[in-house]
Amino acid sequence: MPKIKSLEDLLKQKESAKDKLSLRKVAENDNVITLRVAMGTCGIAAGAKETFDKLLETIEEKKLENIRVIQTGCMGYCHAEPTVEVVEPGKEPILYGKISGDKAKELIEKHILNGELLQDSIIGETHTSINE
Amino acid sequence: MSSYKYHVLICGGTGCTSSKSELIKDNLENLIKEKGLENDVQVVRTGCFGFCEQGPIVKFLPDNTFYVQVKPEDAEELVNEHIVKGRKVERLLYVEPTEKEKIDESKKMPFYKKQIRVALRNAGLINPDDIDEYIANDGYQALAKALSMTPEEVVEEMKESGLRGRGGGGFPTGLKWAFAQRAQGDIKYVVCNADEGDPGAFMDRSVLEGDPHSVIEGMAIAAYAIGARQGYVYIRAEYPLAVKRLQNAINQAKEYGLLGENIFGTDFSFDLEIRLGAGAFVCGEETALLASIEGYRGEPRTKPPFPANKGLWGKPTIINNVETFANVAPIILKGAKWFRSLGTEKSPGTKVFALAGKVNNVGLVEVPMGITLREVIFDIGGGIRGNKKFKAVQTGGPSGGCIPAEYLDTPIDFDTLTALGSMMGSGGMIVMDEETCMPDVAKFYLEFSVEESCGKCTPCRIGNVRLLETLDKITSGRATMDDLERMRILGETIKDSALCGLGQTSPNPILSTMHYFKDEYEAHVLDKSCPAGVCKNLITYKIDKEKCVGCTACARVCPVEAISGTIKNPHEIDQEKCIKCGACYATCRFGAIEKI
Repeated sequence: MPKIKSLEDLLKQKESAKDKLSLRKVAENDNVITLRVAMGTCGIAAGAKETFDKLLETIEEKKLENIRVIQTGCMGYCHAEPTVEVVEPGKEPILYGKISGDKAKELIEKHILNGELLQDSIIGETHTSINE
Repeated sequence: MSSYKYHVLICGGTGCTSSKSELIKDNLENLIKEKGLENDVQVVRTGCFGFCEQGPIVKFLPDNTFYVQVKPEDAEELVNEHIVKGRKVERLLYVEPTEKEKIDESKKMPFYKKQIRVALRNAGLINPDDIDEYIANDGYQALAKALSMTPEEVVEEMKESGLRGRGGGGFPTGLKWAFAQRAQGDIKYVVCNADEGDPGAFMDRSVLEGDPHSVIEGMAIAAYAIGARQGYVYIRAEYPLAVKRLQNAINQAKEYGLLGENIFGTDFSFDLEIRLGAGAFVCGEETALLASIEGYRGEPRTKPPFPANKGLWGKPTIINNVETFANVAPIILKGAKWFRSLGTEKSPGTKVFALAGKVNNVGLVEVPMGITLREVIFDIGGGIRGNKKFKAVQTGGPSGGCIPAEYLDTPIDFDTLTALGSMMGSGGMIVMDEETCMPDVAKFYLEFSVEESCGKCTPCRIGNVRLLETLDKITSGRATMDDLERMRILGETIKDSALCGLGQTSPNPILSTMHYFKDEYEAHVLDKSCPAGVCKNLITYKIDKEKCVGCTACARVCPVEAISGTIKNPHEIDQEKCIKCGACYATCRFGAIEKI
């Protein structure tokens, strides 16, 4: 094990250990953006697992903080799977359909980083939910 | 982001561990492996989450789902539902007791809403057995910062923060450090008092179990400030998990060079060792504790000289409590000003309380000073169990006092509690309902103090025994009003004349209950009755012949066959035989048995 001999060493060790806690810290944060991936049977069959992995991968690649990816049950839009809902604090959630692996990357690049909606992929809300 | 999609945090405090949290972890890990998900899910055993009432607690991240009262056999459903299918396991969610509403995240629970965690900042978040997780959460940065300051500057920062000793006395920490810094001596020591012995208190244990490095870092900063090279943590052997985690943390810190020679490449060297105590209450008294480390009997001595001048082996020594040390690193890192933004002017910061007794949410809570007793007991604690009436809260352990309902809106800090005839103590808070008999409670605490007295000074050794005898007379209905007056005078004399804190505070439960619940004492003495229906000698059980249907249930549970009667006819209790165990009272479904 390396000896920590200076503040720089300590900060280096902190940087390399950061990953261990980032997921937990994000979860505690109130201003976190949540990406909800529908992973019911239909979603998984349509490739939601790849979407999920691609989202995580892109987040890691872009070193984004304050964003979490959560799997949920079927959201009911089976015809448009894989579906991803983007929930940003203080904003109306946006629901996207047919988000395959490549689209997932685009979603992060455009929506999250540039605030630009992926107009073609938005599914209009067709129901009212009693919760939230 | 880490490559894990889920983190599963399992409470590894003593409470949850005794409810098999370790087995839950094993089960989860095995199932996750079976399903080939070990690269997706990380299972971590953390320190205490505080919500002991609802333990064992399992938390899923990043969605923050908080599962309560989890059993080892629930692991399968959790993995299959939550991880594989992404559905919450509804039946394991917390149900809020008043609204009967299910709450899935800890942030939304009333229990957590008013809490601010400083000493417990890492408990329930990091794996206490992994130094990297502590470092990832800014660990040891305060030590690095302190070493770039002069020792005088460190002491000055501590003084400005206004931190007061969390062990109970509330002495300003910075001032204590300044005394030790100024004291002459080539060798100095830093000692951590982890001899937590109050009945119902477990905050120091939880800090050590959940975040041992925070204590090590605080002690190292203290050592630098006064010029010590050696530290000791005096911890009772009844805390095996805390001892194990602390020892592991010390080993890891040594491997990283954060303890030992030339820390952070400076001239500062500091080493730390554990000393096990045998669990004598008096050893929480600083001078007795020091004697115990030296290998003598744990008996206190008179002060002055104070340990800051003449402590361990006659050398200048700072001795602080676990929670005090846990507060040091954030103060150095974020500054005294930040610390003063929490709490009240004379008692800045937060305090950890072990909430126990007849309250709905038993557990460990950290709240800013100045919060009211009502907020702690009713908002965080969820009110009184079984919708009973609140009677009193006992703060400060066996030597604290009982505070009645009329003071529920008092803001809690060191000085207000003392003014009410109680004290902060280490932070035990025991809630009592209407079915509590105050003389009986006083007797309970006094029995503890009598048993734990070291016997060195007469007021404590003999005085407390006399107090206990008088209390016994009262609760058995043999006392006169003169006894009450004698007890008050004796109690005050002991307070003034005992050698150490144990004796000086042991009459508090009596004096405070006599002050606030005078009626109850008088009822015992004059009417020979116990209004709360607790004192056996003063109550009688009777059967109301009108209400009794002759179901024979009471007769069947009576252990001494004192109840007679034939089926479908009213029964009767033979008062000669009755031992007043209350079994019949608890059994009768018709309310036919009266307690008078």
